[in-house]
Amino acid sequence: MVQKLHDYLRESPSQTAGPYVHIGCTPNFTGIDIYGGDLGTSMKTGPVQGTEITIKGTVFDGMGAPLRDAMIEIWQPDAAGLFPSANETRGTPDPNFTGWGRSPGDMETGEFTFDTVKPGAVPYPDGRMQAPHITAWIVARGINIGLHTRIYFDDEQVANAADPVLSRIEHQNRVPTLLAKKEAAGLYRFDIHLQGPAETIFFDI
Amino acid sequence: MSLVNLPPKPGGFIPRDRTWQPDGLTPTYKTSVRRSPQAPLLSFPSTLSEETSPVFGHHLIGPLDNDLILNYAQPGQSAIGPRIIVHGRVLDELGRGVAGALVEFWQANAGGRYRHKKESYQAALDPNFGGCGRTITGADGSYEFRTIQPGPYPWPNGMNDWRPAHIHFSLFGHGFAQRLITQMYFEGDPLIKRCPIVGVLKSQEAVDALTAPLDMHQSVPMDCLAYKFDMVLRGQRQTYFENRKEGL
Ligand SMILES: [Fe+3]
Repeated sequence: MVQKLHDYLRESPSQTAGPYVHIGCTPNFTGIDIYGGDLGTSMKTGPVQGTEITIKGTVFDGMGAPLRDAMIEIWQPDAAGLFPSANETRGTPDPNFTGWGRSPGDMETGEFTFDTVKPGAVPYPDGRMQAPHITAWIVARGINIGLHTRIYFDDEQVANAADPVLSRIEHQNRVPTLLAKKEAAGLYRFDIHLQGPAETIFFDI
Repeated sequence: MSLVNLPPKPGGFIPRDRTWQPDGLTPTYKTSVRRSPQAPLLSFPSTLSEETSPVFGHHLIGPLDNDLILNYAQPGQSAIGPRIIVHGRVLDELGRGVAGALVEFWQANAGGRYRHKKESYQAALDPNFGGCGRTITGADGSYEFRTIQPGPYPWPNGMNDWRPAHIHFSLFGHGFAQRLITQMYFEGDPLIKRCPIVGVLKSQEAVDALTAPLDMHQSVPMDCLAYKFDMVLRGQRQTYFENRKEGL
């Protein structure tokens, strides 16, 4: 016999966010006026450093239908690559940038919108630089455990080519599913496909 | 490289146990069929992007945010239903309390009805019940809120599927990799074993992990019953060794 690892616990099992996740996480969006507003609606609390951008996108199911009951959260560093997090030890992040956004999507179309800044680069654990990217998390009815992905930018070809995560993708023809496409100055589109030929790459991190 | 007298630093997150967590594709929960990725997830070690997260201060929380009996009620009124306290701790896989975690919760009213435009169940709305609340954990990871016991409700899946009484939880710890949404069930509910959403869980042990026992110790006489519900987020390794090569 050996000693037991009895101090260790198991992560709580995930369950779907269900059709009414917006009641809990963005109640004002559903018409429940409470808290003085929904969290994550604005990522800026004042003038921000760097390039301000807007990212729009839609989450599609395997039949190509848009999800109108999803919640999308994003998390990213500021323009200098610093996270507005208690565990950021590399410097002082932009005080007017929260780094975190939460969107319920449009009530009719499901399209989400984030007004943010172009993120700076952040190192990989081995010290190599990663290409600028935003971490995204998607929950909805029918999704048993939240889906993690990353939003990279299609106008960062050189950095993307050297990115440690993008370069470990076996099927390189799927890399474009992680690239936000520049549609105009300061405007990018990042659609998320849960299934199908254009299925977005999701991560187990 | 130095191995001498370094304070511990947070390392990467303990990998998620996918043999324990539900799969994406679970056909008896029909909506998952068209909403589950078909390609395998791509694994890589957590980076700063996943090991950091926003900070939610206690100042965020209003005095009634964790009281669903009163937070949507007209002055002098309160939500209808069995009054309960739900309390417990948010821990990590290493058994440590997670301080400062944002805990958000939402639920149907005592009749099983949600306050939502797309809700089609005929049970009545309670004008004094909104159905959402939030709090931030204390230094030991503890949290509590007061609410009414939600009712079960029917939902379109099989011909006659009913959700057991449940409360939805969203948890925000210290790293984006810890992000978790789950549900709490109530001890003794006969609908638990009939529910296709509970059915995505892979073992009785996993169902038990989401089933809160009645807790008479915290029940308030002539006022509230109590249920105790602990939740566990992914743990983060502590490393004493600075053995990564930096600056390559
Ligand atoms: Fe529910």
